Amino acid sequence: MSSNINLINKNNLRDRLSLLSSELNVSKWDLGASIAKDVSVQIDKGQPKQLKASQKSSITIRVWSNNQIGITSTSDLSEVGLRKALSSALQASHFGNKEETPDFSICSKEELPKIDNPFRKQFGVKKLLSSLIEAEGKLLTADKSIKSVPYNGFAESMFERVYINSDGALRHIEGTQASLYLYARAEESGRKPRSSGSIKIGYGAEDININDCINEAASRTLSHLYYKPIKTGKYLVCFKPEAILDLLTAFSNIYNARSVIDGISLSTKNSIGKKISSEILSMNDNGLHQANYGACAFDGEGTPTQNISIIEAGILKNFIHSEATARYFKTRPTGHGSIGSKASVSSDWPVIFRTNGQSAKCPKLDYKETTEEFVLVENLHALHAGIKASQGSFSLPFDGWLVTNQEKTSIESATIAGDIMDLLNNIIQVESKQVFAHQGVAPHIWVEELAITGDK
Amino acid sequence: MTLTTARLSQDFLETRYIDDLFKQNLEELIAYGISAGASFVEIFIENIDSLGLLAEQDTVTSVNPSIGKGVGIRVFLGQRDGFVSTNDLSEQGLKFALDQALGMLGLETNSQTKKSFEGLNELNNFGKSKTRFLTECPTLRESTSKILEATDHLRKNGPHLSVRRGSYSKTIQEVIVASSDGTFCRDLRLYQSIGLNVLALDKEHRSSIGRRIGTEGRPSTLTDWDSEKAAIEINASAERMLYAKYVEAGQMPVVLANKFGGVIFHEACGHLLETTQIERGTSPFEKKLNQKIANSAVTAVDEGVTEGAFGSIEMDDEGMETQKTTLIENGILKRFLSDRAGELRTGHKRTGSGRRQSYAFAAASRMRNTYIEKGEYTPEQLIESIDDGIYCKSMGGGSVGATGQFNFSVEEGYIIKNGRLTEPVKGATLIGEAVDVMPRISMCANDLDLAAGYCGSISGNINVTVGQPHIKVDSITIGGR
Repeated sequence: MSSNINLINKNNLRDRLSLLSSELNVSKWDLGASIAKDVSVQIDKGQPKQLKASQKSSITIRVWSNNQIGITSTSDLSEVGLRKALSSALQASHFGNKEETPDFSICSKEELPKIDNPFRKQFGVKKLLSSLIEAEGKLLTADKSIKSVPYNGFAESMFERVYINSDGALRHIEGTQASLYLYARAEESGRKPRSSGSIKIGYGAEDININDCINEAASRTLSHLYYKPIKTGKYLVCFKPEAILDLLTAFSNIYNARSVIDGISLSTKNSIGKKISSEILSMNDNGLHQANYGACAFDGEGTPTQNISIIEAGILKNFIHSEATARYFKTRPTGHGSIGSKASVSSDWPVIFRTNGQSAKCPKLDYKETTEEFVLVENLHALHAGIKASQGSFSLPFDGWLVTNQEKTSIESATIAGDIMDLLNNIIQVESKQVFAHQGVAPHIWVEELAITGDK
Repeated sequence: MTLTTARLSQDFLETRYIDDLFKQNLEELIAYGISAGASFVEIFIENIDSLGLLAEQDTVTSVNPSIGKGVGIRVFLGQRDGFVSTNDLSEQGLKFALDQALGMLGLETNSQTKKSFEGLNELNNFGKSKTRFLTECPTLRESTSKILEATDHLRKNGPHLSVRRGSYSKTIQEVIVASSDGTFCRDLRLYQSIGLNVLALDKEHRSSIGRRIGTEGRPSTLTDWDSEKAAIEINASAERMLYAKYVEAGQMPVVLANKFGGVIFHEACGHLLETTQIERGTSPFEKKLNQKIANSAVTAVDEGVTEGAFGSIEMDDEGMETQKTTLIENGILKRFLSDRAGELRTGHKRTGSGRRQSYAFAAASRMRNTYIEKGEYTPEQLIESIDDGIYCKSMGGGSVGATGQFNFSVEEGYIIKNGRLTEPVKGATLIGEAVDVMPRISMCANDLDLAAGYCGSISGNINVTVGQPHIKVDSITIGGR
């Protein structure tokens, strides 16, 4: 399904760039462009607080001159803007890195995978607003201790992305996306306020189950209402899917070829085939996964998106690549590159799962039934501050519970710390049920022993 | 209305394009919004030209110029507001954006004229004398040479360095604010930032250290930068931390160094003094004005006036002249940081603190240069006062949560034993709540200094300065292993 109202005229853009590049004697170029129309609403106690809309366009142009590459980004898609950007990129090419010049991806004209991105009709501000006001009202009446919903938002967007190069590649994708988040704040006399919430994403606002979001925000917030400090020490830990996805993504340098080449990875050029985690753990990076609402069929260099095995039964199977890193490793690009003078590489959509045929060290651990005492980690915070990716260490505040005989007590304020490679190797159980989170797919994962610092 | 694509597509950055016709175009747009019944209309125009470059080891690996322009239109109806941003600068595009903002508030332009607009004031051009920024900054060739010189100094001084990175960014931002209260202002801002990052390796030992400086309005920043001194300092830190043990968790007293140590005040307290937090009801200080919220040793300010500081601004992004705002005086809460919406919704007067990353964000109350004022002690006296504790020489980043819990990481730390610094430790995270920690800042040294940083919040990422003298916190939770 398509909107039939394109924000970008891709053929026109290609023709204009072709003309301008000939005028400047540039024979090799490529570009990535995106246009988005977004609408979002926020409210406060039944009243609209901020209503926002934007029409954004951006384009990144790369040119090659004497085998050196130059780049410029601009938000100005007018004739004047494109000419200026092209000239600026040509100027920058004189300072291009002669030792590693990106090239067109060898896959940039290959057939793209089919992605079923339904194009949803937009709600518009009024409907987003009335839905959010209703949701806030329901959340506020879910429990008398919920006093406010300080962080909330309902947003929808239409977007298009394009990749074009002077060798004839022309990629285009369009889609719609919507998101709803509700974070409640609960207060009880004589106790500290507690807050938690829920995020839901869909192709359109109509796909989002608002009641699920309300119920999840309420139950999560209330589950933290009765809290206690935790004694500092080492604990058996179970990570909820969102938490383990955040943690592993923060350490994606382990399987990122760009980081390996740059020397800032925990892996080396010879790490493929080596054991990096417990055998029970497997992981793919699958940007095409059905739960990835933001899926794009190609990366910033026009390479098709694909499902790639990263860890198979504890063994590092593949790095993710851009065109340049794939050439360095004498392999094919994996669809993880950006458009850049030094293309960065980033993961798409991690899918973590229990390895078929492998038994865990503690196969009976189940976060709903285990009677052993453990810490259940719900969310990790401040990843930008508490992760030393190139050292492998982390020390992060978290929300969670101390679970004793299936009784959950929210932890007042605590940090969890460790080394990611130790953690991966100390995984003693990967539960079988996979959960679709907003940043990937994962089951509950158990780690033998991690340091928790509390206020006791 | 004749606000055409051609006109807004000019390279502003030169005042000759801001003439009577331009002013008239803006007035027509504002009048259009006011006539529809809006109580306030603001147009924010931004024109930006930036450059980022990265050198790794001994090679420039990335040169990224970026140019752009756009408009943010904000309309108020009482305390409610609608905001639309666009980089479709055609007449049709701007009209569509304004109509969209009006429509969000239920206002229609075909309704009867409800109010009149009396026109914009004379242009208050804060950027008049700053056109020199366009020519006085180093060329691209000079910039790349200087950064390569720095990575070479790292090589010469770092015996265990496996990664050496130098980066430089320069942004020239022109902003024009026109609003229905007559505000008509322009500023030209120059932000520069220089960073060094290293990774030291020795067998299983690793340490990564980063340092950054940043300035506003100083074209000679890169030229004046002592790259050798900076390389020697960062290498010394990397060497010391390479063999550091992980810190043991617990509650203990700490001394936080000056400069970036000020991130504790920024995260723990500063954010909670912004009216955006008051509006949400998430600040524990909401009803504490003129009450004691910190130790008497603490006087703290937020200002935009320190010459050359990364968070300095002559006018804020709502066209108000900047000021020095005393937040806490001898432990007593004196003022909140407020923007236009904050004043409307909380009653706290604007403080010239309305800031935004770009035209794509509505302004919000944000910090500028925020620091604790100097005290009477020497840094040594603070350390001597502790038997068992931690000295946090260099801080990483941090954040504050929805209930006021803050955290930040310690990049370079040392054990204090019997009043003396001993071995280095790594992996520490300081956590706590502002209401608990502010009364525990018991001693401030006499060596106030500032450091540049970036702050991400509701209106995007903005340049700020944090700062303080060395301070002692009597007890804080340290997360470790």
